[in-house]
Amino acid sequence: MNILELKYTIPGDDFTRAGEASSAIKRKLKQMGFPPDLIRNVSIATYEGEINSVIHANGGSVSVSIDDEAVTIVIEDTGKGIPDIEKAMQEGFSTAPDSVRSLGFGAGMGLPNMKKYTDEIHVESQVGKGTKVTMKCRMT
Amino acid sequence: MDKFYHSVHLEPDLCKGCINCLKRCPTEAIRVRNGKASIIKEYCIDCGECVRICPHHAKKAATDKIEDLNKHKYKIALPPPSLYAQFNNLDDKSLVLDALLSMGFDDVFEVAAAAEIVSEITRKLLAGKDNSLPLPRALPIISSACPAITRLIRVRFPNLIDLISPLTSPMEIAAEMAIERALKQTSFSRDEIGVFFITPCPAKYAAINSPLRKEKSKVSGALSMSELYPMLLHHMKQISSNKIVLPITNQTAMTDIPTTSGRIGISWGGRGGEAGGLITDNILAADGIENVIRVLEDLEDDKLKNLHFIELNSCNGGCVGGVLTVENPYIANVKLNALRKYLPVSGMRLNEGKIPECAFSKGRIVYLPVYNLGDTVSQSIKVMKEADSVMKELPGLDCGCCGAPTCQTHAEDVARGTASKNDCIHIMREYMSQLRVDN
Repeated sequence: MNILELKYTIPGDDFTRAGEASSAIKRKLKQMGFPPDLIRNVSIATYEGEINSVIHANGGSVSVSIDDEAVTIVIEDTGKGIPDIEKAMQEGFSTAPDSVRSLGFGAGMGLPNMKKYTDEIHVESQVGKGTKVTMKCRMT
Repeated sequence: MDKFYHSVHLEPDLCKGCINCLKRCPTEAIRVRNGKASIIKEYCIDCGECVRICPHHAKKAATDKIEDLNKHKYKIALPPPSLYAQFNNLDDKSLVLDALLSMGFDDVFEVAAAAEIVSEITRKLLAGKDNSLPLPRALPIISSACPAITRLIRVRFPNLIDLISPLTSPMEIAAEMAIERALKQTSFSRDEIGVFFITPCPAKYAAINSPLRKEKSKVSGALSMSELYPMLLHHMKQISSNKIVLPITNQTAMTDIPTTSGRIGISWGGRGGEAGGLITDNILAADGIENVIRVLEDLEDDKLKNLHFIELNSCNGGCVGGVLTVENPYIANVKLNALRKYLPVSGMRLNEGKIPECAFSKGRIVYLPVYNLGDTVSQSIKVMKEADSVMKELPGLDCGCCGAPTCQTHAEDVARGTASKNDCIHIMREYMSQLRVDN
């Protein structure tokens, strides 16, 4: 099977650049004839992940693996980690500082949206070490 | 797949093969091959940016010629609001309308008047209180007025197609109403009536020849605003110095359908005019094709919340920025404002609140996935992988010397087999110096 692998870095502390990876991925998926719904879901979920990395981990990386059955997105960082993943998955739960909230981010919808827009999500995190979110959007 | 008609085209004899249009094209539709620019028809949205930038005037916008009017016994002009902004010291738009009649048109129907009908129905759509109207599938409603934008959405933003307003453009409604009036008031048959739009841009002309939805346009053709301008100016001068006295026309005899536009209709000529005609603050109005693309990207990613209506104009400043206009778009906007001053808010209202049947388009808008690299996902992935590996060898300068607008597009062209890697002058130079070392 043909598998296309893509990798992007998420620069830390720069909200204006968060979204570069999701835009690039969206552009490529559109050229590959994926269904419009799937493309939007991948794009939104990736964007949320990018924003999270900027807010909480001073950046990270996005790796995408694309085949004709699914798009798998892995967002990884070496930030402070999530102590209680279950709590972090709840809508409205946020640990974002006020400085970030005043920019309109950090509403506690990041991980919940990533879950909502993908078919599979797996969050691994170690406090002090970092977080790895794996998401999958399947062709139906 | 639909074949788009295109107004924008190349005059090969004038083309020097430079990269100005290549770099300017917002949809990466141009390649320079064998020393001449060529347009990839499926990607082109007729925005006219290449016509604007070409220093050699090799890019042209096709429109009808004045002589084409003679094919019709009864000729109707459809002047858009942007036309009124082309003249200095115009304080009454009826001078422009009279000049059109004096030029040989038998009747004139203001597109700005039809625009007020579109505004009124859109207000009703947004209010959602009229059961006879289809509810918008989702909010925001995206304006269907700019054909370059609706084409862009068709080829690049499949997720947004359903947001495009179900209403037809003011131009189409104006044509329909003008024809109706002619049939009622004259003895001419439908075949003898010709309806001509005075177009500020190639996109409108393209839309007449291949409409957004599958219905045939009621407009017979379009004349270029800049081509008509000197003639129109001459007639306006003759009229204002009383050298021409107009015969009594249908315009004055018309009683049952009022056709004068007010502030709302006139404002459609500039950015924000269409959105401003709606009674809601939850509107966005963007102009300039690059800005519009950014708005559409954000809208697609669900980043724009609480919007009810989005007005998008391909040209800077709105329709007054069209490539076939004469005046600078920003000065034109000032003139529109001056002209608006003494007009009623709205001159045209729905007849007893009745919505004309022609206001709604019936056909569905179909997504055209023209950017797909292969016929299947699997094949496209293969081509994309190939392109990515070519990309690693390219310098990433986006110089355009290979004939593609960016290194990425060149890599994709190579992977698709429509270009050679050695078209890149930097790779070629490496190759030549390698040859020298080897010998």
